[in-house]
Amino acid sequence: MSLYDKRRAETRRAASIFLAPVIILMLIYIAYPIYDSFNISFFRWNGITAGRAFIGIQNWLDLMRDSSFWASFKNNVVIMILSIVIQIPIGLALATFLDFGGKKLNVFKVIWFVPLLMSSVAVGFLFRYALATNGGLISTIFGWFGGGNIDLLGDPNRALLTVIMVICWQFIPFYMVYFMAAYTNISFDIYEASIIDGATRGQYFLNIALPLLTPAMKSAAILSMVGSLKYFDLIYVMTGGGPGTSTELMATYMYKQSFKNFNMGYGSTVACGMFILISLMALITMRLLNSGKED
Amino acid sequence: MDSVRDSKNKSTFAWAIAFVFALIWLAAAFLPFFFMVLNSFKEKFEMLVSGVFNLPESWYPTNYIEILTGTFWTFFFNSIIVVGISLILLLFISACASYPLARFKFALAKPLYGVIVACMSIPIHITLIPVFKMATYTGMYDSIWALIGPYIAFAIPISVFILTTFVGGIPLEIEESAEIDGCNKYRMFFSIILPLAKPGLSTIAIYNGVNMWNEFSFAYTLTQSAGKRTLPLAIWEFQGQYSMNTPMIMAVLTLTVMPMIIMFIVFQDKLVKGMTAGAVKG
Repeated sequence: MSLYDKRRAETRRAASIFLAPVIILMLIYIAYPIYDSFNISFFRWNGITAGRAFIGIQNWLDLMRDSSFWASFKNNVVIMILSIVIQIPIGLALATFLDFGGKKLNVFKVIWFVPLLMSSVAVGFLFRYALATNGGLISTIFGWFGGGNIDLLGDPNRALLTVIMVICWQFIPFYMVYFMAAYTNISFDIYEASIIDGATRGQYFLNIALPLLTPAMKSAAILSMVGSLKYFDLIYVMTGGGPGTSTELMATYMYKQSFKNFNMGYGSTVACGMFILISLMALITMRLLNSGKED
Repeated sequence: MDSVRDSKNKSTFAWAIAFVFALIWLAAAFLPFFFMVLNSFKEKFEMLVSGVFNLPESWYPTNYIEILTGTFWTFFFNSIIVVGISLILLLFISACASYPLARFKFALAKPLYGVIVACMSIPIHITLIPVFKMATYTGMYDSIWALIGPYIAFAIPISVFILTTFVGGIPLEIEESAEIDGCNKYRMFFSIILPLAKPGLSTIAIYNGVNMWNEFSFAYTLTQSAGKRTLPLAIWEFQGQYSMNTPMIMAVLTLTVMPMIIMFIVFQDKLVKGMTAGAVKG
């Protein structure tokens, strides 16, 4: 009995020593900041001077009525939906192509992968120039087919869609390698057996691979969803949220409020609102997807 | 016999269509990159005069020479230092954490693991103002040291997740026989778990290395002066000086992207594997 207790105490001590660095860092850089953001959201504070005024839930009331915030939330949702609808099928198609084609298609894999290696800042700047009205990539290609110059990022009606296309350009390779990994988890025997039984590759894909890939597609959808809702760098660099609020996102709005207008109290409120919305949507989606599993 | 040939024809036809789409995507993925590299070798106004896709009249290296003899290396070495230190510390502490989470039996193991993994979906923006505040209070604001803490902390969840799964997959027998020989938990970790976890460690090193190398939000918020910034932010410095000189901007972009491309060429398969393993969460 005492030996058992001694061993348990020893395990507990070892566990806390091994876990201490990770826990301390996460407390300092994740847990405390979350608490502090909620705390700051009840103040009016410019972030520079020490003086800050407690204003209760005023910031939160403002947030509820802030049409710019809700416009950016809407943009996030549009990006989320189109990202899932565009990136996952194309990523899956590319992975399927590579899976069927085997090693000889390596060139495709290598080049398709390149966008994923570039930083969002580089992608953002590159496309700012590539999408320029005069002398841009798309305008030039349009010109070959007899079209004129086209203003993709400056037109409020087109900007969001243009930005989404760039996001897809950057992240489709991610879903491609994701589904390539999922394919390697399907045993080769299954493929062989189905081909011997006379299935075409199309039948194999539709009736065998696709059902086996469903779990991977679900987690890809969750990844894409959470990613789209907290999206920041690329858009901040490429459009800065403009023109107007046409490509404004929750994160870019939060950044501008806090570090451009030095309205840190309200910026914290936006960050907290964003945190709450993302957590809620992630929880609900996971519930829905998991309840589907039990059927 | 006929039907077999039919289906074969049909499948080659389908394959041809797939191939055409594959080529279209190849162009889409490659053209922007090509645009960047090609135009980086042009003179200031050449791009406007001769068009975007024309080869440069002469491969003009001056843009590169100007950048490489300037502040570029400061940014580059700042990135090396930040990513290097962050990665080493991250690998060590997340390996430490994954060992008890995968192996020890104690009441908190499951909930703790759950909380750590759930932190993967936390947007960094909710921590941005408090972390900025901490950096100014501790005097670390506008130095590369301010970046290391947040970089490690936000890489912990995915790393602990991958490593715990990995350590859990190491056969128990080795540890059991070591325990019978009187090996305590600390020696067990350093002489058995850590060496056996190498493949898992290299996966998280690649995945987090790429992400840290390209990180933007914290670097942009916590540093200000050119000498203290990391490579992705180098572009701001040059953009101020050369805002009308598109080829110059393209040269800067090409140089900031090159280290990763070179890494990719050298470690191609490992890198793809690392990026994927990082993606497969649950």
